[in-house]
Amino acid sequence: MAAISTGVYFRTYQRELALRHTKAQYVRLALVVVAAIAAPYLLDPYQLSILNTVLIAVVGAVGLNILVGFTGQISLGQGGFLAVGAFTSGLLTMRADLPAPLSIACAVVVTAAAGALFGLPALRLKGLYLAIATLASQEIIVFIARRWSFLREESGAPLSIERLKVGGYEITREYFEFQWYWILLGCAVVAVLAARNLFRTGLGRSFMAVRDQDIAAAAIGVNVTRTKVVAFAVSSGFVGLAGALTAHYSETVTWESFTFEISILYLAMIIVGGLGSVAGAVYGAFFITLLPVFLNEFIGGLGEDVPWLVSRLPAIENAVFGLVIIAFLLIEPRGLDRIWQRMKDYVRFWPFRY
Amino acid sequence: MNQFLNLTIYGLSEGAILALAALGFVLIYKSTSVINFAQGEFLLIGGYTVYAAFVVFKLPLVLAVVVGLVFAVVMGLLIERFVLRPLVGESAISVIMVTIGLAAFLRAVVQMIFGTRPVSQPALLPRTPVEVLGTTIPLNRILVIAIAGVVLTAFTLFFRRSRHGIAMRAVADDQQAALTMGISVRKIFAMAWALAAVSALVAGVLLGDITSVSGNLVSFGLLVFPVVILGGLDSVPGTIVGGLVIGLTAQYVSGYWDPGLAQIVPYLVLIAILMVRPYGIFGETRIERV
Repeated sequence: MAAISTGVYFRTYQRELALRHTKAQYVRLALVVVAAIAAPYLLDPYQLSILNTVLIAVVGAVGLNILVGFTGQISLGQGGFLAVGAFTSGLLTMRADLPAPLSIACAVVVTAAAGALFGLPALRLKGLYLAIATLASQEIIVFIARRWSFLREESGAPLSIERLKVGGYEITREYFEFQWYWILLGCAVVAVLAARNLFRTGLGRSFMAVRDQDIAAAAIGVNVTRTKVVAFAVSSGFVGLAGALTAHYSETVTWESFTFEISILYLAMIIVGGLGSVAGAVYGAFFITLLPVFLNEFIGGLGEDVPWLVSRLPAIENAVFGLVIIAFLLIEPRGLDRIWQRMKDYVRFWPFRY
Repeated sequence: MNQFLNLTIYGLSEGAILALAALGFVLIYKSTSVINFAQGEFLLIGGYTVYAAFVVFKLPLVLAVVVGLVFAVVMGLLIERFVLRPLVGESAISVIMVTIGLAAFLRAVVQMIFGTRPVSQPALLPRTPVEVLGTTIPLNRILVIAIAGVVLTAFTLFFRRSRHGIAMRAVADDQQAALTMGISVRKIFAMAWALAAVSALVAGVLLGDITSVSGNLVSFGLLVFPVVILGGLDSVPGTIVGGLVIGLTAQYVSGYWDPGLAQIVPYLVLIAILMVRPYGIFGETRIERV
């Protein structure tokens, strides 16, 4: 668990292990729940579609944070694992006629297995060498996705997927975003809760021990080999879920949505949000997904006065993206989560300074 | 046989450029232990500054290259001072991410100024076909090998013989010991970034000349990773061997087999090497202590 707030003390281990410690946390939780329930009724379909993208990103970012933030294994291969999840689920639904929920579940298992397989180099590699090895696995997976004709329609077009059906219910056209919102919200909530609870268990704690100092962890009896492989598998399972959801939500799967840039995007989410914090991954997913949207609005608003800006929009987006990453690392390397924490401390201790 | 020779020369020329790009990377890693994901963007910026000075501002070629060199040095120094120095002592992931952010930023700036399409630049090196052992090869490919060879030799001599080069090796070996001997580690860090930018500039200009000055210079930059893994992240002769091996392999695979496959063969080689020797072929094994 990330740093516990200042001024919060525990007298029993049970209290310390609890997910929530203060009344304020319960109040905030209630506010978030209300906002999440009210959101689809207040937002228009376009805004809801952005929110849906954010929710998928939340699942993926939480997964990546388990590996990078909690276990300390650098991975540049996120895009590749998203691709594994998306293609597995897409193919099982379209070619093997499995019901969608079952194929999504299979995608999670298959991606977890793929993650464990590609995690094997992590047993011998550390830090920079590991980063490069995961980069290589990313390139190889994307190459396969690009060249293997089985992963396309017969016409050569990207694989398209039928509209999601759960049991007898099919997503309807006019309520597309609305219905998806509830599905994605459910998945994101399950992912967040699963991750939060994972780090209350011995397994989750052993992840953190390996991150902090793997040799010392081995000395106190943590099986480092097993822990690393399990961390890769668990993290990839989440990422596979995100990939499968992307596939069904966008109703098409193509290698272009799983490039190296996507891996960087997800890394940026957990850096901006806060490494080693589940809440941070959620904040980061919101921030990085919404950044280009707001930038678009802003520059679109300026558009009449400076047409030059509009024509260079993609480049400006990338430049801002790069600057945001640099700024966060230089100013607040522990991300939005830490900033939020500090704001809460400030209020709690007012008028004293911490 | 002719095709073989042809592919060999093409592979050697690209390998020599790769070695140059990787040299900058190794320089930074060796002295500052930063893994620089923006190396490809350094190539890009090098290629475009010389293009801007030579074509847009119509300077003579020699002057354009000098302008490019000055620009590269200044850029290297600024990046080291304002981006990397505040992160000294931070975790590996922070340092990697900051260079990735830097890469996104630099690429976007080039795109903002020059657009996304390749720009046309008159040939810097003569392209007259010459006959070598019964096959015809454009002269510029051979000149590229020669120029890269000269620059690489100069860098190697610099490390072996010059005062600054030896100081850099000392810092790479043991920072604290170097400090006690009166070496300014700050200056060495700054110098490493400046020199890396310079070697990337040479690589970028040469590559831009034999292919085209475009955003593709960046994707070439990613190939630096297989090269340094092959050669070991901290070995200068290793990068030369690594560069040539990767350049040749890519050319042979694309010539005899499948051009698409050539893009990932370097990565397959990389994984194979890491499985057998986790620190690369020439890299030093580090002993870790708690």
